Amino acid sequence: MMRFANALLCASALSMLGTAALAETLTIATVNNGDMIRMQALTDDFTAKHPDIELNWVTLEENILRERVTTDIATQGGQYDVMTIGTYEVPIWAKQGWLLPLDNLGDDYDVADIIPAIAGGLSYEGKLYAAPFYGESSFVMYRTDLMEKAGLTMPDAPTWDFIADAARKMTDRENGINGICLRGKAGWGENMAFLTALSNAFGARWFDMDWKPQFDQPAWKNTLQSYVDLMNEAGPTGASSNGFNENLALFQQGKCGMWIDATVAASFVSNPADSTVADKVGYALAPDTGLGKRGNWLWAWSLAVPAGTKNADAAQTFVSWATSKAYLELVASKEGWANVPPGTRTSLYENPEYAKVPFAKMTLDSINAADPTKPTVDEVPYVGVQFVAIPEFQGLGTTVGQLFSAALAGQMSVDDALAQAQSVATREMTRAGYIK
Amino acid sequence: MARAVTTRTKAINTAVAWTLALVIFFPILYTIITSLKTESEAIAGFDLIPSFTIESYIAVQTQNDYFKPFMNSVILAVGSTILALIVAIPAAWAMAFSPTKRTKDILMWMLSTKMMPAVAVLVPIYLIFLRTGLMDTRIGLTVMLMLINLPIVIWMLYTYFREIPGEILEAARMDGASLWNEIVYILTPMAVPGIASTMLLNIILAWNESFWTIQLTTTNAAPLTAFIASFSSPQGLFWAKLSAASTLAIAPILIMGWFSQKQLVRGLTFGAVK
Repeated sequence: MMRFANALLCASALSMLGTAALAETLTIATVNNGDMIRMQALTDDFTAKHPDIELNWVTLEENILRERVTTDIATQGGQYDVMTIGTYEVPIWAKQGWLLPLDNLGDDYDVADIIPAIAGGLSYEGKLYAAPFYGESSFVMYRTDLMEKAGLTMPDAPTWDFIADAARKMTDRENGINGICLRGKAGWGENMAFLTALSNAFGARWFDMDWKPQFDQPAWKNTLQSYVDLMNEAGPTGASSNGFNENLALFQQGKCGMWIDATVAASFVSNPADSTVADKVGYALAPDTGLGKRGNWLWAWSLAVPAGTKNADAAQTFVSWATSKAYLELVASKEGWANVPPGTRTSLYENPEYAKVPFAKMTLDSINAADPTKPTVDEVPYVGVQFVAIPEFQGLGTTVGQLFSAALAGQMSVDDALAQAQSVATREMTRAGYIK
Repeated sequence: MARAVTTRTKAINTAVAWTLALVIFFPILYTIITSLKTESEAIAGFDLIPSFTIESYIAVQTQNDYFKPFMNSVILAVGSTILALIVAIPAAWAMAFSPTKRTKDILMWMLSTKMMPAVAVLVPIYLIFLRTGLMDTRIGLTVMLMLINLPIVIWMLYTYFREIPGEILEAARMDGASLWNEIVYILTPMAVPGIASTMLLNIILAWNESFWTIQLTTTNAAPLTAFIASFSSPQGLFWAKLSAASTLAIAPILIMGWFSQKQLVRGLTFGAVK
């Protein structure tokens, strides 16, 4: 009997050791966005379904994360098993062989359900290299009461002229109301995201088919001059320092008539806990100028698996869980449909419960109005709506953003900013070998 | 003869000292004030009166566990300081009491390593840590922090040791003291104020180091600097939460500095007045 008990104990110990040896630990690098933090809080659901996989989270500021992840992936460090990256990085890193194709997401994952525009931005040579966690475009958020007071009715698909006219009419400096709030803070992902998307509507483009910069063309002059003029007349003071968060605060405090920015902002401005104008917000597509393109962007925070990971299968299992239809239902059951990560799956927008969310349809229409493979009126050699998917764009976009921000602040003229942008871009593109 | 100081001069000096102290302390004070605001108040503009809410502290603790990065910070700061003193005391002793023609050059060379931007050596250091298995370990980061602060520690100790008369050490040698006994029983007790202030300064430097502690860690060895970095958000208001995380991170070192300020000032001004 004693011998049997000892044998049983040994077997139990071995079995425990075996379980411990089989358990895999995934390290997930992510940014501190509301949807990501919510996912961390819901991971009990994942670990209950996959007790053999443990999760470690590394949450970092966006730029630090980009720096850390780039260093790790370039040195094949293998520190991360899953990383949160955007539509800018995916095609570049996939081309470099830094990401694993997501071809093991499970039978019930339904890849075809991912919104085509988003899937296109996350694919390289026909293969999906990242799964969208939430997708966004940009659109117009406006104050319905101020629009009515100005005697105007916002169409679903406004023109830039209408937006400019409405902004000027809604401006009420005495009461601290700015007709329009737009990004002015320098950065490739800040003012240049907005201005590059807007320039598409004006018929401008970063480069022609020979990679020659186009800032010396009339379309860019129209874009930047219209933006600077409108912001001077109807924008907030100190707008050259305003990014997403600053404009969000202004809009929530009732100081903006309109705000053109990420569709994800809709859930913030319509939340009565934080916004003083929650019940007075309307939504419309980003403006056009009649040339066939709208000034809205396309972005998706997505989960990708780096090539250096030692836990590729477990990593794909996690990516599959976090970007599945079942995850959307899990969030809806815990926190309501308005808090479900938007912009990733067609089926979400066919769900009658989600259709009740006021900004749901306009978000989908905005996403569908962007085409990263054909972003501009004239043909271009690059993909990306509000960016150019080449490694040099981060640095170049930020430099040009600083010039345009300086033009907005009145530190230089629009003509000087464009001339310097043309000069810098030509030099950098020549140095990088794009211009022969 | 001491110069007579009028009441008016005293008042002016006091006012200038308080103004300077307030200017220096203001960023920390405003961080604490911001941590007690709501997110919308925090971004609304300059305001010294918060609504005294602790919602950001609750959010910070709910989102991330404070204790683990705190313990990592303690281990890294104290560990790297002890390690640095073990290396630096003999080095500073040798340069202070047995100088050669090249001692000054060596000291300058050591200090010059601090002039190089850290990012310039990121990739080689990163690869060394990867290949040696030191990535995201407390041991690796302790050694790294010791190395980056070592020049300052040696310089400070060298300055203090130079103030100690060499004749005392010679007398000990005459009495038959070994090298070990000379350093441990004669030199070290005499240099205690200097060693203590060097130790405190090194702990502060190691506690606040943010480049390497973020670059070389993921989860296991991540200290409070990484904890702070996790609260900045590209889409969503975060200033109050970031300030709360910063306040929690600096509180221990601020309290330690407060209680040891006499020792710090004494050490830092050691030898300044003869």
